[in-house]
Amino acid sequence: MTADASLVQSVDWATIAPPTLTALVALGVLVADLFVPAARKQLLGWISLAGLAAALLLLLPLRAGDRATFCLTPGAQTAGHVQTTGCSYTADHFTLVVQLLVLGGALVAALLSLPATREKLPAGEYWFLLLSSAAGAALLPAARDLATLVVALEVASLPAFALVGLKRGDRRSGEAALKFFLSSVTATAVTLLGVSFVYAATGTLHLTEIAARLGEVPGPFHTLVQTGVALTLVGFAFKIAAVPFHFWVPDTYSGAPLPVAAYLSVVGKAVGFTGLILVTVVAFPSYADVWGPALAVLAALTMTAGNVAALRQDPTRERSAVRLLAWSSVAQAGYLLVPIGAAAYSSDEQVGATVAYALMYAAVNLGAFAVVALVARTHPGKRITDHAGLYATSPAAALALAFFLLNLAGLPPGIIGLFAKVTVFSSAVDAGLGWLAVVMGVNVVIGLAYYLRWTALLFRTPEHAPEKPGRTAHRAPAPVTLAIALTAAVGAVLSGYPQFVLRYATTSLF
Amino acid sequence: MIDISESVMQFLLAFIVAAPLLGAAAALLPAPPGLKGKSPDQAVLRHGVTVTGAILLAALALAAGFDHDDPSRMQATTDVSWIRALDVRIHLGVDGISLPLLVLTALLTFLCALHSYFKPPAGPSPKAFVALLLVLEAGTLATFAVLDLVLFFLAFEMVLVPMYFLIARWGGEGRRAAAGKFILYTLLGSVVMLLGLLLVGIKGGTFDMVALAADNGRGLTTSVQVTAVLAIGVGLAVKTPMWPLHSWLPDAHTAAPTVGSVLLAGVLLKMGTYGFVRIALPVAPDGMRTLAPYLAAFAAVGIVYGSLACLALARPGAKGDLKRLIAYSSVGHMGFVLLGIATLTPTGVNGALFANIAHGLVTGLLFFLVGAVKDRYGTADLDTLAGATGAALYGRAPRLGALLAFAAVASLGLPGLAGFWGEMLALFAAFDPAEGLSRPAYLVFMVLGGLGTLLTAAYLLIVVRRVCMGGPRPAGEPELADVRAYELAAWTPLVALTVLAGLWPAVLLGLTDPAVQQLLAGGTQ
Repeated sequence: MTADASLVQSVDWATIAPPTLTALVALGVLVADLFVPAARKQLLGWISLAGLAAALLLLLPLRAGDRATFCLTPGAQTAGHVQTTGCSYTADHFTLVVQLLVLGGALVAALLSLPATREKLPAGEYWFLLLSSAAGAALLPAARDLATLVVALEVASLPAFALVGLKRGDRRSGEAALKFFLSSVTATAVTLLGVSFVYAATGTLHLTEIAARLGEVPGPFHTLVQTGVALTLVGFAFKIAAVPFHFWVPDTYSGAPLPVAAYLSVVGKAVGFTGLILVTVVAFPSYADVWGPALAVLAALTMTAGNVAALRQDPTRERSAVRLLAWSSVAQAGYLLVPIGAAAYSSDEQVGATVAYALMYAAVNLGAFAVVALVARTHPGKRITDHAGLYATSPAAALALAFFLLNLAGLPPGIIGLFAKVTVFSSAVDAGLGWLAVVMGVNVVIGLAYYLRWTALLFRTPEHAPEKPGRTAHRAPAPVTLAIALTAAVGAVLSGYPQFVLRYATTSLF
Repeated sequence: MIDISESVMQFLLAFIVAAPLLGAAAALLPAPPGLKGKSPDQAVLRHGVTVTGAILLAALALAAGFDHDDPSRMQATTDVSWIRALDVRIHLGVDGISLPLLVLTALLTFLCALHSYFKPPAGPSPKAFVALLLVLEAGTLATFAVLDLVLFFLAFEMVLVPMYFLIARWGGEGRRAAAGKFILYTLLGSVVMLLGLLLVGIKGGTFDMVALAADNGRGLTTSVQVTAVLAIGVGLAVKTPMWPLHSWLPDAHTAAPTVGSVLLAGVLLKMGTYGFVRIALPVAPDGMRTLAPYLAAFAAVGIVYGSLACLALARPGAKGDLKRLIAYSSVGHMGFVLLGIATLTPTGVNGALFANIAHGLVTGLLFFLVGAVKDRYGTADLDTLAGATGAALYGRAPRLGALLAFAAVASLGLPGLAGFWGEMLALFAAFDPAEGLSRPAYLVFMVLGGLGTLLTAAYLLIVVRRVCMGGPRPAGEPELADVRAYELAAWTPLVALTVLAGLWPAVLLGLTDPAVQQLLAGGTQ
């Protein structure tokens, strides 16, 4: 088949396999739900897990990072030389790392969901929604035109609204979903407006083309483009829960089922920062003077707001553990924004630091959620004080949670957490953003205060006598244990050999 | 002294850094059969003594194998790439500056482990205690052994969590607040220090301390150097601690268990001053020159402030806590160390390094002794101890009283004991600071320092007067146990080294002087 003779675009199926497979499994699970008897619904969960694992495996053949498809010019996808200009779907290193993060994160969230779907959540719908959202999130980093980007963003978000509200008969869950939905839809609408402005001024949707044509925008359109750039960022800033779009986070997380909160805290963040990186660094590099300072200020505000709110959490309040993790995830989003803002000031590769940080954060934050989920089985209040003396009852879980929290704080023995912070600091210093580095430094200290308070609680001798033997027989479900073990192992391996993730901080990802 | 092959030396140094970590992990596991001992608690405490003892032996072997004819050369070096992305290398080595600190750390930790074996800390299970003690040792030893800025930061941070838990779980009254204050204060300092280190690393193009020192600041503009020294200096000054960043120290010392206080004063504070000598002096000499007068001024104020605070605490009726008093005296003593460094002369830096070691020995001993007094009386409150006439330790527990008096006079800088040389050299250097520094200002600092030694003598003698002497005791008072065998074993090395360093300072100065000369003149090889 000669390319120029055909009107049908040839598609490189292997390249798009990871998100496609996830989406197909999602549909398959939805259909299968109709035929699987109620007693066997667990089967759907295992199918979904297998699908996610297979999607992860499909990343392996792509690891060279030189594939692209859906291109404007057929010649662009010939093997051998990396020409990804004008392609809508690119599987470069950036895409692959983020897909690894998203699919891996979804896999751990799915492990956490297995016991929950057995008890409270409707299995078929749940798995379908989770996988659809994961498919969208996996598509997003590969998108190289604004239309695909927005579609991917929506595919990732829409199922998430339903996931948050899925707990039947729970008023709080419904309220959380509504809050999440309304603020998200507003943000998306604003993004679309921005996209249309940019399209109007440049006449193209492809990110690289936009970057090329932004330089030659005629004078009268300058304001239009600047507005467009700013508005486009809003939608992604919402996803990553940057100030002032962060108010939905604590209510949504604490209202949602715990595995969904874990999923949102990692995959939702990944969606946000991926989109931000793509539009800022790839599409609008010539407007760095607009988005650079804006992102830097946003980063400072976000981390401060998140940390201060997390510090003020009352540990005895109901759901305080989830709320603290929610606020801490807002603070961590601030750290994630720092290298993106720094990218505006420096010619060096900076966004890799965001990717490296996100990989570390994904592993340890999911781990922390997993331990909280484990404790929530015996203490449904999800209070921080419920964790007091955890070391006495289940030492392994307590040590794991301590390790995760210290990683989030960035202190040894959480070596990978420390080094991820060091790379972020280093990108700020390199870009000459000394004030931002200092703000972040203060924030790290505030963060330590509440992470350490929680860690210290784990080892406190429990005040009341050990529970009756009948209650301690509550065995930990295997999938949750597996999730904790998996994330702890990732954290431990990375602590010994940080090069695994930190290499993304220095190499060119695109 | 002894000819040990380079590869063995390399192994010894790597062992010194890595073994405490392995030992800490092993302490958390159940004891293997055959090593169970009388009880799990006893077994794990014995494990602590074994591991720290092995590390002390390794450190002594390292010192024996160290080429004393060439102490300015980095010896036993290992240099392996660890994180290529950040250009972080596992670069270890010792020279005349770090060797004494390594041995001091290994010795003090061993003595602490020995002390805890016979007198287990009051609090939860000793298992975690031993593990934390070993992690703490790993962090301090690594701080003195690494030659990479990022690794230095990592080691610097490594001691925070163990020390926090040592204070928060095995400490006395007000321990949670004190532990929190300690860790937040120090972390704030070290984050600022990280920014300075990154600035140096990014602008200098490498994180390797040896390469940066050899560069001697030629690759860095003066403004970068000033910013870097300011940032690094704040972090180190919090740790040292320098007045006015010292306020975490008295609380931490008062609340910490005896062993925690000994290590905090004896070893952890040295990490700050060591950083000044190892990083700030050679890597950013211009920055140091600009900021040295301020450092010296703060140091001089610290000396006077520390002694005045101690005098106030030693007054009858002040409800002064002995541990708090010694903590404040540390602020004064570390002021001398900083003053020595701030003169930027070989004499001053040598004096600072000497005072560093002397303070580690003497204050370590003092905290052991006060801990013993507190155990016997149940309080370290000076007024309660002394009562109306004095605690009369000479009469009731003569050996303990004599040791306390000995440590006090060593601390006030009696010639012939360790405390004398360092402070004398620091004052001497302040009389004639490096070229380019304002001599009149340093003369004022010297006078302030001299005043500080007088005040130090005053409060320490008051303490001796109130604790060791006293009138006849009322009848029916319970007997006080004198120094026990294990206490003697833990304290004798410190006493002997205090006398040795006082009578034969050349042992230390011979090691540090060539290295210091080279650092000041333009980097290490």
